[in-house]
Amino acid sequence: MAEITLIEGVTQALAWEMRNDPSVVVLGEDVGVNGGVFRATVGLQEQFGPWRVIDTPLCETSIAGLTVGMACQGLKPVAEAQFEGFIYPMLEHLMCHAVRMRNRTRGRLTCPLVVRAPWGGGIRAPEHHSEANEALFANVPGLRIVIPSSPARAYGLLLAAIRDPDPVIFFEPKRIYRQYKEEVSDDGEALPLDVCFVLRDGRDVTLVSWGATIKETLEAADALEAEGISAEVIDVATIKPLDFDTIHESVAKTGRCVIVHEAPKNVGVGAEIAARLAEQAMYDLLAPVERVTGYDTHIPLFRLEMKYLPPVGRIVEAAKRTLAA
Amino acid sequence: MTTAATFEIEYRQYLDPDGHPIGKQLPAIARDLDHLVELYQLMSFTRVFDTKSIALQRTGKLGTYASCLGHEAAHAAIGSAMRPEDVLAPAYREYAAQFYRGVKPRDVLMYWGGDERGNDFSGPRHDFAWSVPIATQCLHAAGSALAFRIRGEQRVAVSVCGDGGSSKADFYAALNCGGAFELPLVLVVVNNQWAISVPRSKQTGAKTLAQKGIAGGLHCLQVDGNDLIACREAMDQALDRARSGGGASVIEMVTYRLHDHTTADDARRYRDDAEVKAAWQREPIGRLRAYLTRLGAWSDAREDTWKAQCEERVNEEVDAYLSTRAQPVEAMFDHLYGDTPLEIAQQRALAVAREVKHG
Repeated sequence: MAEITLIEGVTQALAWEMRNDPSVVVLGEDVGVNGGVFRATVGLQEQFGPWRVIDTPLCETSIAGLTVGMACQGLKPVAEAQFEGFIYPMLEHLMCHAVRMRNRTRGRLTCPLVVRAPWGGGIRAPEHHSEANEALFANVPGLRIVIPSSPARAYGLLLAAIRDPDPVIFFEPKRIYRQYKEEVSDDGEALPLDVCFVLRDGRDVTLVSWGATIKETLEAADALEAEGISAEVIDVATIKPLDFDTIHESVAKTGRCVIVHEAPKNVGVGAEIAARLAEQAMYDLLAPVERVTGYDTHIPLFRLEMKYLPPVGRIVEAAKRTLAA
Repeated sequence: MTTAATFEIEYRQYLDPDGHPIGKQLPAIARDLDHLVELYQLMSFTRVFDTKSIALQRTGKLGTYASCLGHEAAHAAIGSAMRPEDVLAPAYREYAAQFYRGVKPRDVLMYWGGDERGNDFSGPRHDFAWSVPIATQCLHAAGSALAFRIRGEQRVAVSVCGDGGSSKADFYAALNCGGAFELPLVLVVVNNQWAISVPRSKQTGAKTLAQKGIAGGLHCLQVDGNDLIACREAMDQALDRARSGGGASVIEMVTYRLHDHTTADDARRYRDDAEVKAAWQREPIGRLRAYLTRLGAWSDAREDTWKAQCEERVNEEVDAYLSTRAQPVEAMFDHLYGDTPLEIAQQRALAVAREVKHG
């Protein structure tokens, strides 16, 4: 079993699935010869040729529309949006067509496609390169939104996303693309979609997060542990549809919940989780639900971006507030 | 000065508005009278269907409906030139093209009658459903053509948009991809002169809509969209070219929208009656009937018999539509995902329970 980074998990999953399913096609800007701006598709065009790994014209609308057309005619396209901040021209095809195709044709046509997008801040990138807009997509019926937080989950969840019969948005937390390595077996084993992963057992407070902020959330759990506070950590992983039962089960045990995400707070996915806790778990709660999030501002340019992203200290403070309530 | 590039756009027309041949050289399709009669019958059937559909909407038996009045030649040419294995990505009024490919009038009525099963239509199962967002279907056709190219299939993807659609980024993006990937793709612009209330003259500064394909490296042609023979020849040539690896085409078919944009629109607000009256002089069905009648391939007696048959067939389709019960409430959940997520299953159960309790 080799030790790989998160982005290598992406590459390995793409290569595995392309080797084993001839209908899988990768397309996007610079994904071929250049191997993608983050090198997620490096080496794939050499292995599979220019009609399986397609450099498209520079037009996100094209990528999205081609992807819908290809998927409806029996291919499994995996499109790359070079950055999540460039995904907006894709929205019409994703929202008006990809997610509606199965439903509006009563299953006659389907759109088994994946759009991969490097997502989130923290890499000192230019404007429009650091957005975390998963909530924008979470309101769209018919969609799956998946955000891995480790090399193993990038590998296993991307395989699952490609094999899923419906459109999946796969947001890759680029801040942790190369942050650490872990052993991942390149065996084609997918991880389940639509379920949360409990990364750490605890009894006093439930910390819920996804993507890059899982790192700070786990560090916060360590810090709390040092003070004798036992935190359970849940990686949501599939943002939509949401595995609320796992979160509820944990909160029923701990009575406290802190939700951590780097996206803006207002109408963020944290608000959905908090609302469901209010609806279904109010009598399990011993304290108000806390949210530790990005601010309701544009993510600033990189001199300030680390002030925007939620640090470990804010998570620890929020957890302690729930314990003091 | 050196010239980097020059181009010309050919305009093609074979029948004048009275159905007289223009010029001596008619294409082979003009001599295939049996097939032309078949296409004439398709066009006139479609007009009877269209008239009935508007009446159904006016009497509350259909939702908003997009009429195809005046577009029959363009649409019949598109559908009849294609092979079953080709893919059609229509906009939302190309009924004659779809009828030729096997879509049933009851399917169209189901769709505009508010039932998703209309999109699960008869005919080629791989054809796209109607696309209400303008010109997005051009890229779906391009994506289909890319799939055919990747798999080495001898199939062609055809999309249809209007003059308004040719202003959209999706149209330009599709023709750009068609040229860049040398796709088996035919983009048809059925230029009916009006994008709801915006006339062709305000749609673009381009002299033709066909020439937009020049920028993408496509074969481009403008035809009289009320001349079935010109439309069909253009389609035949573009499909042959695409099928044989010769690349993508743009065909502009110049016609006129003789009805409102949809039944929710009132075209009298923005265009003169005189313009519409003049357009009626150029309409496609009378033109083809005159041509066929002059050659002895059609007659007033056959017309009367055929019209009666059309009425009968349309009434059968309307009855089939009206007698179809609405889907059960759970239908809105059952095709949302291939693998139904738990939270959707839970909402489905709630909706069914509520239906059982309250009806």
